[in-house]
Formats: sequence, C-alpha cells, structure tokens
Amino acid sequence: MITAIARSWQLVLSFVSELGSFLTLFYEALVACFRPPFRWKQFLKQLEFIGVHSSFIIILTGLFTGAVLALQSGKAFRLFNAEAVTGSVVALSLMRELSPVMTGLMVAARCGSAMAAEIGTMNVTQQVDALKVMSVDPVSYLISPRVLATTIMMPLLSIVFTVTGMIGSYIVAIGILGINDAIYFDKIDQYVEMQDVWDGLIKATCFGVIVAVVGCQRGFQARGGAEGVGRATTQAVVYASVSILVSDYFLTAFMY
Amino acid sequence: MLEIKGLEKKFGSLHVLKGLDLEIPLGQITVIIGGSGTGKSVLLKHIVGLIKPDRGQVLLDKRDLNQLGGEALKRERMRFGLLFQDAALFDSMSVFENIAFPLREHRSDLAEAEVVELVKRKLLQVKLPGIEEKYPSELSGGMRKRVGLARATVLDPEIMLYDEPTTGLDPITTKAIDELIVQTQQDLDATSVIISHDIQSTLRIANRIAMLHDGKIVASGSPREFLESEHKVVRDFLTPALERIEINGS
Repeated sequence: MITAIARSWQLVLSFVSELGSFLTLFYEALVACFRPPFRWKQFLKQLEFIGVHSSFIIILTGLFTGAVLALQSGKAFRLFNAEAVTGSVVALSLMRELSPVMTGLMVAARCGSAMAAEIGTMNVTQQVDALKVMSVDPVSYLISPRVLATTIMMPLLSIVFTVTGMIGSYIVAIGILGINDAIYFDKIDQYVEMQDVWDGLIKATCFGVIVAVVGCQRGFQARGGAEGVGRATTQAVVYASVSILVSDYFLTAFMY
Repeated sequence: MLEIKGLEKKFGSLHVLKGLDLEIPLGQITVIIGGSGTGKSVLLKHIVGLIKPDRGQVLLDKRDLNQLGGEALKRERMRFGLLFQDAALFDSMSVFENIAFPLREHRSDLAEAEVVELVKRKLLQVKLPGIEEKYPSELSGGMRKRVGLARATVLDPEIMLYDEPTTGLDPITTKAIDELIVQTQQDLDATSVIISHDIQSTLRIANRIAMLHDGKIVASGSPREFLESEHKVVRDFLTPALERIEINGS
C-alpha cells in the first residue's frame, strides 16, 4: 500500500516537473521572440516547412474527412428526412472540432516529430552545446522561430482543412446524396456563425503552441544517441496528440 | 590566470569531481590527462560554464564564471573557443556556413566579402583550402576536427579549449592536428587547455601537464617533471605508452 502511494506520488511529481519544463520553455521562447536578434531566416524557413510543406497532407485529409462526414451524416439524416442540414452539420463539425484537432494531429505527426528529431540530434551530437559556447542562445535560435511559425501556421492550415473539407462534403452531398445545392448552402448560412470560425481558430492557435513546445522540449531533453532521439521523437508525437485531445475538451467546455 | 578551486560534481550517485584544484597559466598550453571516464570532459564543460558545479569555483580574472548568468556569461564565453571531441559541426550547414556562423552572429560590422575572406583564410590556416561548399557528412574525422578548429578560432579567442583533439585519428593526422594546435597558440597568443589521453601527443605540445585521477588533480608540472614523476598513478599511466612495442610473433 505504502509502495503504491509512493509510486503514485512519484508519478505526480514527475508530471508536475514535466509540465513545469514545458511551461518554462514556452515562457523562454515567448520572451526570446521579442528580444533581438530576430531570427528572420530561421522563422521564414519554419513557416515554409510547417505551412507550405504540410499543405498537401492537410488538403488530402481535409477533403476525405469532409466527404466521409457528409456521407455518414447525410445517410443518417435521410432516415428522418432531415438530409438538408447535412451541410451545416459538416460545417459546424469541421469549424468547431475536426479542423483544429485533425490539423493539430497531422502537424504533430509531421512537424512535431521532425522538431524533436532535429533538435534531439543536435543535442546528442553537442551542436546545442556548440551554440552555447559561441554565446548563441539555443532557445532564441532553435525554439522561438519554431514556436512562432507553428502558432501562426496552425490556424491557416486549419482554414485550409475546413475549406477542403467543405469541398469534399459538397461533392458527396450534391453528387452522391442528391441534396439540392441551394438548400445545402442556405442551411450553412442559417446555422453557422462567425463565432464558430473564431472558436476553431483559437483552438488551432493553442494546438500550434502545444505541438511546437512539446516537439522542441522533447528534442532538448533527448539523451543517449540514436535511441534517445528515437524515444524523443515518439514522445513528441504521443505527448502532443494526447495534450491536443485533452486541451480540446477544456477549450470546448470553456467556449460553449 | 584561469583558476579552478574545490570543484565538485555528482551525477546521481556517481561522484565525478571531488574537490578539484587547478591553476592554468595564461599564454601556455596546459594538457589535462587521465584515463577514460575520469571526468576530463566534465571538467572542460565546467570551465566554459556548460555544467554548473555542486561546489567550487572557476575563476577567470578572479571572477567566478559559475556565478554569472545571461548576458554576463555570454560575454565571458566570447573569450573562449572550444573544439569538441567530434567537432560538433552543424550538419545542416556547409563548411563555409559553419565557419562563418560565429562571424555572422557576433561581427555584424563585417561585410559579406570580409566574411568570405576570413573564412577562406581560416581554411587555409588549417590546410583545407577549397572545401567551403562541402557538408560535414562529406568530411573525414581529421578534416572535421580541422574545420571545427577553424570555426573555434575565427573570433580570435583568448582561451582555446580542446576536448580530446586527436582521439580516433591516425598518427599522421594526429601530428598534423598537434602542429595546428601549436600554430594556433602562437598565432593567437592564446591560453590553451587540452583534454587528452594521448601521452605522446601531450609530450609533444604541452608546456604544462596535469593528471586527473579519481576526481582530483594528483600531479602537475612541466613535461620533463612529469616524465620523472614517481607518483604511482602517473607511472602507471606513462609506462604502457612509453615502453617499447613488442611485435606480435617475434
């Protein structure tokens, strides 16, 4: 019994310590964003990596998520002659939930893992130490551009996800389910409000911070060669994905 | 004078440094020798402030580097150059970008043409002209060390630190690196601190030698004094390196 309590206490301590480490790194990265030198080159490079290079996967997943959502909800609504609201249900689902969450998970898998791997490799090969010895702040050079770029790019990618999702939904709703396109758009206009768009974008921004900070922090903590880098990369994706889903609940509860 | 007083460091239950004292005279080459795993690299990281000690001081011009933080520590670090064991070159950058990196960070007054000229000159000094466009993955171990040396010295540091500069190199490259260290010392008029377990290399270049054993400096002196030392740890370390080689099968 005492051992079980001791173990639980250790787990709590370790969780608090990890959380503290993430928050400290986020604070340091935030401060470094407003302190010269400004790393424009690194920032633009990260904008390209996170934004431009993630576009294709976001378009692809958005298109099919919207399509399958329309197919499932359209067929279900048809059972009680309510298929006209398919478009508005898909639009609300995408804007409020699916776009920010799915974009967050995709970016965590694609970019968060890459951040952990890159910074982790730099850490275990002493390149981070080399930066420090050259009087270059690793947080300012490596972390801030990534956190800032991910935070900016995530809402934009979430918009891309929503738009392509709505295209997928339109194709299925009009082309396959035979819903009248005027009614489809009319119901979207009737039920979707601007606040839904803003709420989704706020969520996406929060998830952007989570993905970047978790990826960079795991990379910074990487120890023990290739195995350590591999572990850091896996943890970056798992921690970020779980954090996105957990924080999504609390953000939703706060917003609605 | 670079002075280390009562330095102690523990990693968990492993007591690496146990009250280490060492005086490093300026303008000379001091080599710290010792067996593998005795904490030589840990000591070097303390000197440049990459690790904070549990107890003790690293005094440069009577200022404790471990009490400094933020901008003050950055300013003091500018006085150091460090050649890492595996050179620690940025693998996403070319050789040119690696050597130009400290200049672009700290010498914004230099025009791009001057940066190019300085990088070329540094590569010539380490006898590797014309490899500016290559990437670290395309270089041999010896070449990486020399590029690392060029990067570490490009801002003309007052104190050069070397972490096992000749480990894993063939005898010819080892001699070339030794000559480069001496040449760099003379060119910069710098203080050099070298971590090594290569006794032949040490005797070739050192002005002073200090022996690290069991977390403390157990002996120090000139190479001649070291060779004549009766200290058991020193004798045990020197004997295998200096005895005649027995050829297998003869």
